[in-house]
Amino acid sequence: MPTIIRKIWDRHVVTERTDGMCLLYIDRHLIHEVTSPQAFEALRLAGRKIRRPLSLLAVPDHNVPTSADRLERIEDPDSRKQIETLRENAREAGITLFDMDDIRQGIVHVTGPENGLILPGITAVCGDSHTSTLGAFGAIAFGIGTSEVEHALATQTLWQKRPREMRITVTGATGYCVSAKDLILAVIAKIGAGGGRGCAIEYAGEAVRRMSMEERLTICNMTIEAGGRFGMVAPDETTFAYLSGRPAAPGGAQWESAVADWKTLYSDDDGSFDREESIDASRIAPQVTWGTSPEDALPVTGVVPDPSTQPDPRVRERMERALRYMDLRPGTRLTDIPIEKVFIGSCTNARIEDLRLAAKVAKERKVADGVTAMVVPGSGLVKRQAEAEGLDRIFLEAGFQWRLPGCSMCLGMNPDRLNPGERCASTSNRNFEGRMGPGGRTHLMSPMMAAAAAVTGRITDVREVL
Amino acid sequence: MIEKFGSLKAVAIPLDRGNVDTDAIIPARFLKTIKRTGLGEGLFHAWRFDESGKEVPGFTLNKAPYRGGKILVAGENFGCGSSREHAVWSLMDYGIRVVIAPSFGDIFYNNGLKNGLLPVPLAAGEVRDLISQLQESPGSEISADLPAQTVTGPDGKGYPFDIGSFPKECLLKGLDEIALTLEHKGEIARYERDGKAKSPWLFLDI
Repeated sequence: MPTIIRKIWDRHVVTERTDGMCLLYIDRHLIHEVTSPQAFEALRLAGRKIRRPLSLLAVPDHNVPTSADRLERIEDPDSRKQIETLRENAREAGITLFDMDDIRQGIVHVTGPENGLILPGITAVCGDSHTSTLGAFGAIAFGIGTSEVEHALATQTLWQKRPREMRITVTGATGYCVSAKDLILAVIAKIGAGGGRGCAIEYAGEAVRRMSMEERLTICNMTIEAGGRFGMVAPDETTFAYLSGRPAAPGGAQWESAVADWKTLYSDDDGSFDREESIDASRIAPQVTWGTSPEDALPVTGVVPDPSTQPDPRVRERMERALRYMDLRPGTRLTDIPIEKVFIGSCTNARIEDLRLAAKVAKERKVADGVTAMVVPGSGLVKRQAEAEGLDRIFLEAGFQWRLPGCSMCLGMNPDRLNPGERCASTSNRNFEGRMGPGGRTHLMSPMMAAAAAVTGRITDVREVL
Repeated sequence: MIEKFGSLKAVAIPLDRGNVDTDAIIPARFLKTIKRTGLGEGLFHAWRFDESGKEVPGFTLNKAPYRGGKILVAGENFGCGSSREHAVWSLMDYGIRVVIAPSFGDIFYNNGLKNGLLPVPLAAGEVRDLISQLQESPGSEISADLPAQTVTGPDGKGYPFDIGSFPKECLLKGLDEIALTLEHKGEIARYERDGKAKSPWLFLDI
């Protein structure tokens, strides 16, 4: 019997070649300023048109400064040029644009869902690997390169190979101060940074059913860090309640038919997966990464691992290299590692619930001396909601910066970045060498853990603070 | 934009690291361009150059015998992480046309095929074998033969590799994939017509 992945896939096959490649219809296409300009240029050169401009959303996020004066000036001329190019391309093609002065502007994977653009059962693509985020609605959503952006613009389709299918069942209940971020870091540590390669991953189990949409988005977001092609959670009442009334979601009688259809999207009990994994949520402590791959996650109660105990010389070498880059010694307790910067934001953890959790820790506490901490809401709508709840006051009073929405420090492409050698507690998704700025050192963790690190000045077990 | 690929015999560069991510291949600050060209300068920037911009002599690409190499042999999960096609553009701009590794990030693999960079997956042991040969005799050559789906190591040993029949044909002939897909225009239109009738909520305008 089919899995949800196969059900949605089969609905979208326009035609299938004898070599097994499927021409997959694409329902939604999100674009941003970094990976789209070359696609538009190539279409222009070839004299090709965009097939369905109104299925697209354009939003600048990677390059935009998060400072209050960004509408007056963007200092970097190259960033300015990319944002202007997106604007021109969108205008010329008649594509809806959430520009920098629009309350809906934000990180593409935050603003898409909150405006109801991503529905169960759809296919969605974006020239960004974290498009896997959007699978949280029970959609097939995946990141693509610029050539595929061009192909999807021109044809509303992509040639894709059927994925292998993996189910990760999360059993048990999460403990105190353990979040979706901790769960997914533990999953990646378990299956490895390449463990999901070629796979569509369905997250299932009671712990996933209990999760809010925000938590599901966090889990699916980091699927790509395990190498997975897409992450997915079957839709349920939580999904429907979240979508109901969102601007781009269907309304009226159409809503009723849509929900009836969405209720058929689940994996049959005997749905055959190529691979099954399970993880017990009750055994997971708050996680933190020590190295330069997201798979390098450990419980915060742990110590920096010792490469010399590794039998495989290649693993040993990789660990030694990571420790050199991170300037860490084996055996050091993770909670003894001092930090200089804190980043709460990114498509992984910049939604309203993330900010609420971080604010719980920041409330009536102060950012430690010598620490620069910033909170970057995922979108203008998240920012407005947080301000309505007074979260901005909590952060500002504690000494955090409260900034404008964008990708910010996550990828070191806009003015927010780490300086060489700086160490950061970050809620983002990648601790790669140089990811947040050349020479910068990133420790991935949850919003609560990052806020706890901000107030103590070192990596901290949030359970000891709250 | 696909550049034809048939076969190539060239100096091969060993990069004995796993999980080489696309941020390492080309850091984000080099992505602020609206062009595909000139990205070779940013290739492996943090590994090739020190903070003052001087070449790091010990890094494999900077070693004399490997200069001008057109084939890269690397560890597992090459090109993981970000979807940036700039990673492929920077490798090609630098002169690399073939990457041999035990496995690739899925998006990087596709991006390679769309541009004419041939990704060659081999078994981990085979890749290790090639890397040690290249390290023992720096500057030696590997040949990659796409029609025969074989790479041949410096010692003359051949390794067959897999590639889909369609991407293979596209690479060999330099075919324009969009033009080929547009031959299915009728089917796409029919799909849309049927879909709108059955599930109109999938076709709401933004």
